[in-house]
Amino acid sequence: MSAYADQAATYRDEQKPRMGFFTDTTVCIGCKACEVACKEWNLIPEDGLEWTGESYDNTSQLGANSWRHVAFIEQNEPLKLNGETAELNGRPEPLRWLMESDVCKHCTHAACLDACPTGALFRTEFGTVVVQEDICNGCGYCVPACPFGVIDKRRLPRAPEDAPLAVPLLGKNEDGRVWKCTLCYDRLKGGHEPACAKACPTDSIQFGELDELRERAEKRLEKVESDGWNGARLYGEDPNDGVGGFGAFFLLLDEPEVYGLPPDPVVPTRHLPRLWRTTAIATAATFVGIAATFLGGRTR
Amino acid sequence: MTSKGSITQVGATIESYYGRPIVKEPVWQPEIPFYFWTGGIAGASSVLHGMARVTGNDRLAKSALYVGAVADAASPILLISDLGRPERFLNMLRMFKVTSPMSVGSWILVVSGGASSTAAVLELLGVLRPVKRLAEAMSFLSGPPLATYTGALIANTAIPVWSEARDELPWLFGASAAASAGAASLLFTPLEAAAPARRSAVAGVVAELGLMHAMEKKLGFVGEVYKQGEAGRYGRLSKVLTATGAALVAWRGRRSRAAAAAGGALVLAGELALRWSVFKAGFQSARDPKYTVLPQKERLRTKKGAGS
Repeated sequence: MSAYADQAATYRDEQKPRMGFFTDTTVCIGCKACEVACKEWNLIPEDGLEWTGESYDNTSQLGANSWRHVAFIEQNEPLKLNGETAELNGRPEPLRWLMESDVCKHCTHAACLDACPTGALFRTEFGTVVVQEDICNGCGYCVPACPFGVIDKRRLPRAPEDAPLAVPLLGKNEDGRVWKCTLCYDRLKGGHEPACAKACPTDSIQFGELDELRERAEKRLEKVESDGWNGARLYGEDPNDGVGGFGAFFLLLDEPEVYGLPPDPVVPTRHLPRLWRTTAIATAATFVGIAATFLGGRTR
Repeated sequence: MTSKGSITQVGATIESYYGRPIVKEPVWQPEIPFYFWTGGIAGASSVLHGMARVTGNDRLAKSALYVGAVADAASPILLISDLGRPERFLNMLRMFKVTSPMSVGSWILVVSGGASSTAAVLELLGVLRPVKRLAEAMSFLSGPPLATYTGALIANTAIPVWSEARDELPWLFGASAAASAGAASLLFTPLEAAAPARRSAVAGVVAELGLMHAMEKKLGFVGEVYKQGEAGRYGRLSKVLTATGAALVAWRGRRSRAAAAAGGALVLAGELALRWSVFKAGFQSARDPKYTVLPQKERLRTKKGAGS
């Protein structure tokens, strides 16, 4: 039985079908309603305003204070390969503007969850991965563990009601815990869809049972391919990939790295059994090596 | 096909999202490389101490015990200080998770640090001999994992230069620990009792230099961060310090207490620089998306080739 099945089984009859997102980037219009709805519902603090000059994107990346991020990519590429191109002044204009709303992938084999030493990160009854903010002690191990760079430590000052817990001697007045998308765990518990999916005006973000979303995505890919869209592919729908499939997967129009996504993500824990064996042998060797320095007597 | 944000490397062009990183840089502060160093000293000192006790070299046993106890006392302070929520440090012991080297390591540190400190305090007070013996035995056995698990800790991440070195890092950290523990005991041990500490310092440095070379060679393109920026500077500094220190110990360390102490200090400083080099390499590796993208694309190509 896989780790995922083990985790899910702990819920027994309270276990729910696995929920997730299918983000279809072909219909994303870059309105950022998902970013705003997420910030509002989850009370995520503002973390600075900066004009990046990177198309319409001033959020730049997912992090502790951005749980949805809309990427904008301007390309000199035709949107479709069937001869249909945009026109400018009567001339064909081979230009396309890709938009993609990125989010935590809620991996089947979640690196952050495996790495977390406190148990703050856990698998919910919906199969999603959530941080318990009252447990996390800010060790930060999940941050470099995530193959997608999703989870991050919040560096903003602590909330006023939280301030007495600050340790002035250690200079800790920042929040110091890690944060990421919860797939709106609170809304799911109440039978609602996540805020971003609710707010999305084009159904680019689709919420539902993962099995059903995968079927829907296959059909959508067929349609998009037959319509001649350039570079269409599913990303993260395969349960046999390096993280066991994403709980939130995508229909993209170019290579994943163009959107800032890893082309072949692998959960670090996949290598851990071998790494522990290596460590055990290296540990024994260190022991024997130091012990061997006592051979040959203790005189000069 | 190139567009804004494309990155060129010899023989390959990749695209990226405005050159932004894919994996996040670690959020760890300077406490962590210092802890890798003190944890290594503490772990390897436990073995030096135990062996010295068993072979009847009580003078070296005493030095190693106190060196280890100081390093053991510093280690949790460094770790707790690095936490985003230091007041929640006890949450580290809420559970034991074999999937998390951070969890396993916390328990190792509790057992090893607790045993070494107990033994040192009882030695200092000269009381409860049987309890002290038990603490010494526990420290003897739990020391080596304390010296090596930190290698597994950083190898079990998505940072390319750490994760791709998963076969080497525990060895490198073990060798570095042996070198620094030997070097630290050299500072406080008279010549006639210091032979094992000298050998540990010199052999540890030789092994560490060889392993570092092998690791960089195996990492290839991903390992180039060890030649660049801060990782490169700390790496070069480490090589000069450890090689000079070990040479001094090997050449004059048997005759001159001053030479042994100076050599030991150089090796100690060099091993600290090594931990900093490895630490900084992780940040540099995360910062540039080409280190994440190119090996993964290569892997996909290989997979596809094997499939068809």
